[in-house]
Amino acid sequence: MGKITIGCFSSLVGSMSLDFAIKFSDAAVKKGHEVDLWLSGNGTMLGKKGQSKFRDYSYLMDTVMELINSGKFKITNCEACAKARGIGREDTVEGFGVASMDWYLASAFSTDRILHIGGE
Amino acid sequence: MAIKKIAFIVEKLPYKSETSRLALTHAIASQTVEIHLEDGDNVEPVLAFVGDGVLNCLKNQKALDIYGVSSLEAHIKNALLLDLRVLVCKEDLEGFGLTEDSIVMDAEEIGGEVTTQVVPYEEIQQDLESADHLMFF
Repeated sequence: MGKITIGCFSSLVGSMSLDFAIKFSDAAVKKGHEVDLWLSGNGTMLGKKGQSKFRDYSYLMDTVMELINSGKFKITNCEACAKARGIGREDTVEGFGVASMDWYLASAFSTDRILHIGGE
Repeated sequence: MAIKKIAFIVEKLPYKSETSRLALTHAIASQTVEIHLEDGDNVEPVLAFVGDGVLNCLKNQKALDIYGVSSLEAHIKNALLLDLRVLVCKEDLEGFGLTEDSIVMDAEEIGGEVTTQVVPYEEIQQDLESADHLMFF
């Protein structure tokens, strides 16, 4: 089985790119692959505590928690990007990592494939 | 011991979104990636500006004065200071009526020694082909 690194820079609300990234991660983990998901820019919104499940907006936290609990999925917020948006470690859901950008490059170093989803 | 080459391809306009800024900050983060890797392993970044992305390289940006944020020009100078390879597509630059005089070519004033390379797209393509991973911004 392989390792896939995904970088996603798009927001949870206002774009469907994060939805795709999580669906893709779910499919990859179910096939037995490991996935590292790096959230940068507006993507850091995904890790914010206290999200509400409204039908008109994406809500991915249930799937994210299942993925984290699988042991094959690491999800990490860019510390600077999150902090700039007022999302500190204390505001971040348990299970999410918080790291500097070199974490993403280190994951890229050891990965088999990168799926890089830039900002819109 | 291994070196993995990562190409950061910037094709979006500056300031319209955060995208090109993130390309630069992620490329510059390669300077500290070693702390996560085994001894001898490292990442070799190359920054390539193509299409609309060449406009990120314009000189005399006033982002700090107008938006209160650091300019892409300052980030490019930092990249040069850190000896990153910075490539700018010659054809795309010319397409906008720009020349080397219009863009950030060096970071001499902060001690940088390497310079921006304005090269034909064919040369950028060769870099992309030799990279282990591509990241489009």
